[in-house]
Amino acid sequence: MSEHIIRFTVNGVRREQHVAAQRRLIDVLRDDCGLTGTKEGCSVGICGACSVLVDGEVISSCLLPATYADGTTITTIEGLARGGELTPLQDAFITEGGFQCGICTPGQLITATALLAAHPRPTDTQIDEWMTSNLCRCTGYHGIRRAIHKAAVT
Amino acid sequence: MNGFTYHEPTTWPAAQDLIAREPDATMLAGGTAFTLLLRQGLIRPTTVVSLRRISGANRILADSHGGLWIGAMATHSTVVRSPEVRRNWPEFADAAATVATLRIRNQATIGGSVAHADPASDVPVMLAALDAQVIVRKPNAAPRVPIDQLFIDTFTTSLAPGEFIESIQIAGRGPNTRAVYLKYTPRSVDDYATVSVAARAEVEEGRLRAPRIFLGAVGGRPMRAMSVEAALGDGTEARAFADAAALVRSDIDPIDDVRGSAEYKREMARVFVERALRTLVA
Repeated sequence: MSEHIIRFTVNGVRREQHVAAQRRLIDVLRDDCGLTGTKEGCSVGICGACSVLVDGEVISSCLLPATYADGTTITTIEGLARGGELTPLQDAFITEGGFQCGICTPGQLITATALLAAHPRPTDTQIDEWMTSNLCRCTGYHGIRRAIHKAAVT
Repeated sequence: MNGFTYHEPTTWPAAQDLIAREPDATMLAGGTAFTLLLRQGLIRPTTVVSLRRISGANRILADSHGGLWIGAMATHSTVVRSPEVRRNWPEFADAAATVATLRIRNQATIGGSVAHADPASDVPVMLAALDAQVIVRKPNAAPRVPIDQLFIDTFTTSLAPGEFIESIQIAGRGPNTRAVYLKYTPRSVDDYATVSVAARAEVEEGRLRAPRIFLGAVGGRPMRAMSVEAALGDGTEARAFADAAALVRSDIDPIDDVRGSAEYKREMARVFVERALRTLVA
């Protein structure tokens, strides 16, 4: 068994953590960093609840070995709003009914944030391509799509 | 969950030295399949060696003959976005884009997919149809293995302990080379294939020569449609495609599972092989 020191920046804060080799990024984020906004849903990389940005790319934090976070810059749901000010995307999720129970919402917002960074004016097809991997059992997805369109033109 | 000793060598020789000392080590690439297998208790490694720190291991290079060298650690997303892949083998980029979801493609690697040898994976099937060569690292040698010889059975390759994949080479194409990857996912787009077909051939004036056809998810490894290839022969016209495609039923060995019965997969294999052939000459 081996322990490793990993250094990374999460939501603008530099961190140094000791991790056992078999730990996953989601364990470090939730248990060590106290960033419990990232949810663990299916644990097998399908549902998207645990989506976070690692160096700007959306990944499943339930599948990434924690050692792979060394040297990276990570954004979780807690890192979107600045100084209590929600992002236009977060506002749009509220006004357009982009969520109901909320369990998938952190992952939806992370993936949609990456989508808008790549495609500031996404088409319906681009939204569907990007968001198809984030499952939601409440909204029927139309509210999420509307919210992304609204944030895109804000 | 059991712990293990973890190493991140920074050069190929250092990785080889480690593997020589620890021949039972598990090689770690992107980590998607590894994490799943570990958490389900299907693997219990004592030593894990990751290739992530090796400089250039994720590089994609085009050679002067229109070929591609794809580092084992290149992610599927890197392949999808690569200008070199888009220029030389856009069909390979298209095949990589069908894998799972964006999140998986951002993490899972080409070398990892090949070494994992999941018969339902997409990239191994396409690489087989493109006659890719696998550049293997082993003590005192760096053999090039035709990828068709690498795949043995479900999750099983011909790589011996102490051997691992450095990169994958796809030779350049001719002016009349056509290729296509079709993936049938009736449940959801991010699923594994019920049946997939990778096909490549030389096409002139609507006639097809030197076909190479592999199928995914219908056997323990990428399954070559030998009977179909033999029936097509050289210079086949499109009207002969349906009869040739029907022969695929005897080239594959599907199982009943949640993605369909074996009989259904045989029928869909026939449909999708014919569709692939028609796409090649379209």
